[in-house]
Amino acid sequence: MKVGEPEEFIIDGKRLDGRRVDELRPLKIEAGVLKRADGSAYLEWGGNRVLAACYGPREIHPRHEANPQRAVLRTYYSMAPFSVYERKRPGPDRRSMEISKVTRQALESVVFTHLYPMTAIDVYIEILQAQAGTRCAGITAASVALADAGIPMKDLVPACAAGKVGGHIVLDLFDIEDNYGEADLPVAIVPRTGEVSLLQMDGNLTQEEFEQAFKLAIKGCMQVYEKQKEALRRRYGGSRE
Amino acid sequence: MKHEIIADVKRDHILNLLNSGRRIDGRGFDEYREVSVEVGINQRAEGSALVKLGRTQVMVGVKLAVGEPFPDMPDSGVLTTNAELIPLASPSFERGPPDEDTVELARVVDRAIRESQCIDLEKLCISEGELVWIVFIDLHPLDYDGNLFDACTLGAIAALKNAVFPKLEDGRVDYKTKTEEKLPIVDTPVEVTFAKIGDHILVDPCLEEEEVLDARLTIGYNEKGEIVAMQKGGSGTFTQEEILDIVRRGREKAEFLRKHLPGDSDGKD
Repeated sequence: MKVGEPEEFIIDGKRLDGRRVDELRPLKIEAGVLKRADGSAYLEWGGNRVLAACYGPREIHPRHEANPQRAVLRTYYSMAPFSVYERKRPGPDRRSMEISKVTRQALESVVFTHLYPMTAIDVYIEILQAQAGTRCAGITAASVALADAGIPMKDLVPACAAGKVGGHIVLDLFDIEDNYGEADLPVAIVPRTGEVSLLQMDGNLTQEEFEQAFKLAIKGCMQVYEKQKEALRRRYGGSRE
Repeated sequence: MKHEIIADVKRDHILNLLNSGRRIDGRGFDEYREVSVEVGINQRAEGSALVKLGRTQVMVGVKLAVGEPFPDMPDSGVLTTNAELIPLASPSFERGPPDEDTVELARVVDRAIRESQCIDLEKLCISEGELVWIVFIDLHPLDYDGNLFDACTLGAIAALKNAVFPKLEDGRVDYKTKTEEKLPIVDTPVEVTFAKIGDHILVDPCLEEEEVLDARLTIGYNEKGEIVAMQKGGSGTFTQEEILDIVRRGREKAEFLRKHLPGDSDGKD
């Protein structure tokens, strides 16, 4: 047993932060928060605070990375040193390199990159405060920032994790559940088609538990999707659907 | 993984073959390439393995050292997994600090090993809060012909099962004297990778398939068939049905891979 592990994760049907098993943490998204970026988004998701900025399409450096058929989408996930309990050394580490890669792959399928050959579309995700689930928060914010930059896309990409804690399948783990729980399953989808563009898992799930958690995560993504659309509507007006 | 520039015609060719039910190297969609696992192939490493998956070759070395435990797990040993994609193994690998493919490979293999809790880390405690064994797994592809995830995970668990402790005297390791004592390995996780090309799902993509795939899904299974790790890769997507299907199909493939591990009674092991 790890130091600080809670004995129970669910007491009287409520999680340690008071949520039901299928309830998201409070989520707020705001589009267009940065002046210099071509598109941006700020997101508060439980105790997560995330900024995403999109620059581009713009000239690509280094030039040899240019693709004559399409724009190159580059995503950078980064954590502020003060975003976690113990100071994180600044700069990319192995974890953030992996997250940058899966973030890019979660978004690439929706961006119409073929419209902008020889350019770069750069998306910077900065985790200012972390409470678990930051890759999902980052992807969610990034796709709003891309839309805010006016980049043509098939759809937004919402992301949300499900997992297993104390034997229960739960939605949207917060830090205690993430640290001491049995499994974490982050998922990102393309809601219009229902396709899955990010899927990772660590921990231990039986086949049945996986199916249950997977479906729960997708439901969570759909709720996140609504918040993304609301954020864009608030910024740009327009009727509801 | 690193991709070379591919002519669209090559993708068309592979896809056309798949449409007619064939793979470019003649395998069935659920068929692995020939698998071989040799252990104890390196005399300096505490544990070692050479895995061949078709023409893909990976050497894995396990080294043991002693050091301080993490403060939040004072009675646990430490596991570290590292990969190096050396330019000897492929024209697309470059020298220099690890890039994101290298890091992803190491982290996804680490995930299966760590999350399956296949190493009884508490048995690696020498003196609580002060001194524990540190297990280094080094993944060293020698010839890259696709699907490093599965080959490296198989090599890692084979090398771990092969590893013995060196002699420990007054908190110092005598690497020249090996003991008889094996690493405490209590599970054998393996990873199974599927590629999606067009609408086709195939196991164990070879290099040519990997270069043209739309999406990739790697799943780690423990001995019970439970899922301990997953990683989706590639710029494309999977449908939800495809994912559920892959998770089911993968379990059987995991059993198949595990059979290639040398048994505990094996003289060489």
